[in-house]
Amino acid sequence: MTVLVFLDHEGGVIRQASRSAIAAANRLGDVDVLVTGPDAAAAAKSAAAIPGVKKVLQVTDTTGSSELAEPVAALLAQLADGYTHILATSSATAKNVLPRAAALLDVQPIPDIVAINDADTFVRPIYAGSALATVKSADAKKVITVRASSFEPVAAEGGNAVIEDVALPAGPGGSTFVSTELSKSERPELESARVVVSGGNGMQNEENFKLLEPLADRLGAAIGASRAAVDKGFVSNEYQVGQTGKIVAPELYIAMGISGAIQHLAGMKDSKVIVAVNKDPEAPIFQVADYGIVGDLFTILPQLEAELDKAG
Amino acid sequence: MKVLVPVKRVIDYNIKPRVKADGSGVETAGVKMSMNPFDEIAVEEAVRLKEKGVVSEIIAVSIGEAKAQDTLRTAMAMGADRSILVETDVVTEPLAVAKVLKALVEKEKPDLVILGKQAIDDDMNATGQMLAGLLDRPQATFASKVDVADGAVTVTREIDGGAQTIKLALPAIITADLRLNEPRYASLPNIMKARKKPMEKITPADLGVDMTPRLSVISVAEPPERKAGIKLDSAAELVSRLRNEAKVI
Repeated sequence: MTVLVFLDHEGGVIRQASRSAIAAANRLGDVDVLVTGPDAAAAAKSAAAIPGVKKVLQVTDTTGSSELAEPVAALLAQLADGYTHILATSSATAKNVLPRAAALLDVQPIPDIVAINDADTFVRPIYAGSALATVKSADAKKVITVRASSFEPVAAEGGNAVIEDVALPAGPGGSTFVSTELSKSERPELESARVVVSGGNGMQNEENFKLLEPLADRLGAAIGASRAAVDKGFVSNEYQVGQTGKIVAPELYIAMGISGAIQHLAGMKDSKVIVAVNKDPEAPIFQVADYGIVGDLFTILPQLEAELDKAG
Repeated sequence: MKVLVPVKRVIDYNIKPRVKADGSGVETAGVKMSMNPFDEIAVEEAVRLKEKGVVSEIIAVSIGEAKAQDTLRTAMAMGADRSILVETDVVTEPLAVAKVLKALVEKEKPDLVILGKQAIDDDMNATGQMLAGLLDRPQATFASKVDVADGAVTVTREIDGGAQTIKLALPAIITADLRLNEPRYASLPNIMKARKKPMEKITPADLGVDMTPRLSVISVAEPPERKAGIKLDSAAELVSRLRNEAKVI
């Protein structure tokens, strides 16, 4: 069996979450990968260095078409002949493209898998992670997205795959790329950070939310937020951790002023160690936290920073 | 201009779903059901387009058991003009739903189909993309802003790390993300009015669609529970525990 993995990259660097998708693909068979989008040539080089990758297919396109779902889905459907499974990490890009490719192949996609039982049988969360469904696909080909936090990523270096060019087919037309606006950040990527510091409703406002930054700096952490904090405009939506935002599983997750709604817990409950600070002792976040402090986060934040500054 | 808005009846988002004792699925009997929240956003967007004078007719569609007519009544109370119930007791997978919707699009010829980006029961996030693929039409998923002008729709969509703007020629498919709008509550007079709005009832067979699921559910289980840990009294104790006990800093 040979598996095709559609990779996400940022400025030519393969995202760690995509290396988790390769890890999942390794359990199913030999692995080829596809890279598209701006900086695809650089991305193809990084992809070729990933151990276990046999072949890298690259689409070098400067028209912006490779940022659109229509031609990329058409390409995946064209390439599907040689593969038993098409995989990608559960990113916004893959979720835009893969179901469309699946429709072209008359396949029911299997999103967000957290475990592989065999070549046809997979485990995936439903109801925002309130239940885990084991499903068996009757389709000849499988189109799958992988929840990165459930698969240890493969190494970034050590391989030497061949790189081949593939051409982007014309889509149905009618769709034009206008622009992309990325938020700039010096911090680690939320989904692959070792430590995440998240704020919720308890941060009160946009100004106060920034008070999390000194703590995140000291820990080399990414900053996250609950849906309540995003909905109230404290931070923009790409910070949102939860079923409808990012799914994270860092070594350490610190929840400041987050009550712990089901939808938030679904996005972070696989973290190795969870710390919660909340003034409400009954907040559901304490039911999943390894360490909790009941109290005013604005008092505790500076104390935490001071303690971290003391030598270990 | 005509808009088609598919809506799904799901367990209300405020209710914690319970796995059935025999592991065959999630208990829905006697549980409060509501319109999928993302579909409410889709309906709201269609209604706003109608209020702006861009849209002339909104057709709500639901595919599911007979009780899905409650969900269609809600959509009509929010502002949809008429509705179609495609009645089936089979588990509705995105591929089959997309095939039903394709048949309806070919019949009704809407300029836009606006769907919720995902249903909060199966969390598939696929139907809109699949419908667009089957129809070979342009798609804009995870929309946070929609502007219709001159036979085209400009959509700002949520992507990893920011936002992307694309322009689609009509007819096109859009899926709604959380921040597109805040859906209205249906007022009592509008709920009364919705009772008189037309609802057509058909079956997937009438449209020539085979609903047989491609995925069979082997089992449904509760996720492993995390145990509550301990409460600490000070930041000093927390940092010490993180350093020496958990060894994560």
